[in-house]
Amino acid sequence: MDTLLLKYKSVKEEEVKVWFKAAPISAFPKDGGACVKYKNLQIAVFNFSRLNKWYACQNLSPEKQENVLSRGMLGDHKGIPKIACPLHKKTFSLETGENLNADLAPIATYPVKIEGENVYIGFSE
Amino acid sequence: MKTIIVVGNGMVGYKFCEKFAATQESKNFKVIVFGEEPRPAYDRVHLSEFFENQDAKALEMAPAEWYKENGIDLVVDERVSDIQRETKTIITAKNRVLNYDYLVLATGSSAFVPPIKGVEKEGVFVYRTIEDLEGMLGYAAKLKEKNPNARAAVLGGGLLGLEAGKAVMDMGLEPHIVEFAPKLMPRQLDARSSKVLQLKLESIGLNIHLSKATNQILGDSTITGMEFGEDDVLDVEMLVVSAGIRPRDELGKTSGLEMGVRGGIVVDNKMQTSDKSIFAIGEVALYNQMIYGLVAPGYDMAGIAVNQIIGKVDELMPAEIDMSTKLKLIGVDVASFGEPFMPASKGHSVIFENKTQHLYKRINVSLDGKSLLGGILVGDASDYNMLHQVFLNGMAIPEDAAQLILPATEGGAFGSALDLPDEAQICSCENVSKGQICGAIKDGSCEDLAGVISSTKASTSCGGCKPMVTDLVNETLKSLGKTVKNVICEHFEYSRQELYGIIKAKKLTSFNEVLDTCGEGHGCETCKPLVSSIFASLYNDTPNKEDVTQDTNDKFLANIQRNGTYSVVPRIAGGEVTPEDLIVLGQIGSKYNLYTKITGGARIDFFGAELNDLPAIWKELIAAGFESGHAYGKSLRTVKSCVGSTWCRYGLDESITFAIELENRYKGLRSPHKIKGGVSGCIRECAEARGKDFGIIAVEGGWNLYVGGNGGATPRHAQLLAEKIDNETVIKYLDRYLIYYIQTAAPLMRTAAWLDKLEGGIEQLKKVVIEDSLNIVEDLENEMQFLVDAYECEWKQAIENEETEKRFQHFVNSDDRDDNLVFVPLRDQKMPELWKN
Repeated sequence: MDTLLLKYKSVKEEEVKVWFKAAPISAFPKDGGACVKYKNLQIAVFNFSRLNKWYACQNLSPEKQENVLSRGMLGDHKGIPKIACPLHKKTFSLETGENLNADLAPIATYPVKIEGENVYIGFSE
Repeated sequence: MKTIIVVGNGMVGYKFCEKFAATQESKNFKVIVFGEEPRPAYDRVHLSEFFENQDAKALEMAPAEWYKENGIDLVVDERVSDIQRETKTIITAKNRVLNYDYLVLATGSSAFVPPIKGVEKEGVFVYRTIEDLEGMLGYAAKLKEKNPNARAAVLGGGLLGLEAGKAVMDMGLEPHIVEFAPKLMPRQLDARSSKVLQLKLESIGLNIHLSKATNQILGDSTITGMEFGEDDVLDVEMLVVSAGIRPRDELGKTSGLEMGVRGGIVVDNKMQTSDKSIFAIGEVALYNQMIYGLVAPGYDMAGIAVNQIIGKVDELMPAEIDMSTKLKLIGVDVASFGEPFMPASKGHSVIFENKTQHLYKRINVSLDGKSLLGGILVGDASDYNMLHQVFLNGMAIPEDAAQLILPATEGGAFGSALDLPDEAQICSCENVSKGQICGAIKDGSCEDLAGVISSTKASTSCGGCKPMVTDLVNETLKSLGKTVKNVICEHFEYSRQELYGIIKAKKLTSFNEVLDTCGEGHGCETCKPLVSSIFASLYNDTPNKEDVTQDTNDKFLANIQRNGTYSVVPRIAGGEVTPEDLIVLGQIGSKYNLYTKITGGARIDFFGAELNDLPAIWKELIAAGFESGHAYGKSLRTVKSCVGSTWCRYGLDESITFAIELENRYKGLRSPHKIKGGVSGCIRECAEARGKDFGIIAVEGGWNLYVGGNGGATPRHAQLLAEKIDNETVIKYLDRYLIYYIQTAAPLMRTAAWLDKLEGGIEQLKKVVIEDSLNIVEDLENEMQFLVDAYECEWKQAIENEETEKRFQHFVNSDDRDDNLVFVPLRDQKMPELWKN
């Protein structure tokens, strides 16, 4: 089961080898998220339009290992943008992936860039 | 490494372990604790609670694992039988021999049984341990089988005796208290307060016999009565002896330690016995020629012994020990502090007595009227904490001392708890000062009451100081400019009710608008659904309007289950369904391979629907005439019903018809929490309507309307709002009640909790809803009628709009499904595979 979690490793902007063209901007609701499929990965992508920023992280919740984070709710905790898992409201920083309200493992985060009308996610492989 | 052996695992023996384990030095010692009872130390002070719940674990001071975690060897069920002081060894009843460097005797006391003829007869018990209580329980049960009106007496009208009196009363026996002295609680109370207490206890069913010297216990081998004088006999079938305590000092005697004339092992102010390696603490120790039978001094002694052993030799027991006590006896407050009885030569007494209310308050004031020397409170001890602090800290008292005890005046005579000096001892059991409590908040190490309690341990023992600790924490938070009020979250400094008012007044319609008008930051999983719910209650906005601020269930109009799939519940109002509709449901469930179950709310629930399938399933349901059941919303769920006079030979009215009407009226109504209703056709109450947020029961002459019921974790019977009213009036009152609840409740607060919190409770609700005391019922009715008229099935909205269907794709860039879903067979259906962690 842990192999599921091992598939996801944070990627820093400078490590990006592939910018994957995920979908047009219009496919993502404002201040909401959607899930992108890349190879055998599920990536939750968020259009945090109040901050005018985009974030991406694994769709897999590390708590019970279900693919649900993209259906969670965006928000902030003391200024840190976060996502709340829809199953038990565990929250994770969208910047560092750190779990903010329990001792769960951090989630992997990925760089996002916007070019033209499209959303790209950065992967190292 | 040095070895400490603690003999005795009662409350004081345990406290020694706890205080010792908390020191830095504890790692240099090996601690072994012996207890002769079969279980770890428990809270004897609250022994009578054992009758209420029969749960020995609940009384435990700490579980057996605690000792292990702290490196302490706990040996239960093994008595220490001898001490060999020359070789510094102990011998146990199981013939084990162990060496010690320090020995701590915390053997406590046993019940004192006076040498009365016949006291050995069957049916005579002492009141001391859980085993004693279990013995009493078994015996009482047998007695009651033979004679439901069996009587039991308690010998001793002191503190423990009265507790024992409550215990036998709880066992269903007729309780009698027999006391030798001419008053109850002779150590704590004066004659007048004893009289007030006696009146109160008699009013709740205890029989009190004072000035009675028991000559002998009557009966052959089993007790049948007690004889006081020649013609003075009390027939009883059980007797509980609670005539005082006697120190368990046998080990001191046999090993030749210095003993008191009437028992007890003599200790000095270091808690050392005549042998410097041996300490005695608690009720076995004779300090100042006294045995202290209270928990607080015992705990202090444990602390002194710990400090002496780890080398803090300057920590000494004070010469004067505060014997103040406050307790709740059989629901009656009794407290005494300082000098409860004072000779007239030393000061003046101020006495307030009201026998009609079973109230007595006495304070003793110095001759110059400037300081408080002591006092007694019976019936209402709410002033105890403050009076006790004034006494302990020698604080100034008002010129007219009577103000301290007279029925409360505006603002009270005391002022704020914050006026106490920092050294004031607030929790005497755990020895926590005001400075420690306030300091924990001020230095930022704790943020709230729960934090302060867990870090200082204040109020964790007897709990008497809890109100004062709460006040101190709240006052300190306030003094630091921190609000204590219930705000929604870090983004809104308002309660739900306040935010509801703002949104309504300013006619705000989107989450961002609300946030920009009266909040800060970017919202979170607490405030977003709350604001959405307010929009729904005010404007009947369905979740389709702004789906990103909805809880996941509302966002996808289905209940998320543990593997991320959803359940589907169409509305079946009142539980009435045609065979044809059932067939359609069966076909849809079968087509999408859904696990199917009938819910507690009398409808059908399909589980295991994948996100992508939800719109298709609902298209078919809606085509067949079904609509959303709102099982996913904080909204009306079902109105459950029995078949009523439609079919039932006992039914008084048509409960199904009315239930369907009500369910259809309130369907889709969003509220602070879910709402359930019930309608029963007669008082047999087959619909269990009184366990619902609203319940309606047919009676001769109309319907009885009940509100504020609940099942769940804290079951509550709904309370009667109105009697014998017609259908139209039921709807009118329900409209008003539900909107009033929606406007004023806290987030996620069911009607039962809301009604509990509502000042004035059901009577106040009657005034608002029936008598219109706030002059708002017209508005309430209009708001409800607007919502009823504006109802739309949100699933119908969703499937008719092509845009919303995008929401139900698992992937935004692929039509694939979530490929990690795994189902396993369950009976003839399926379930998600179990979580691995």
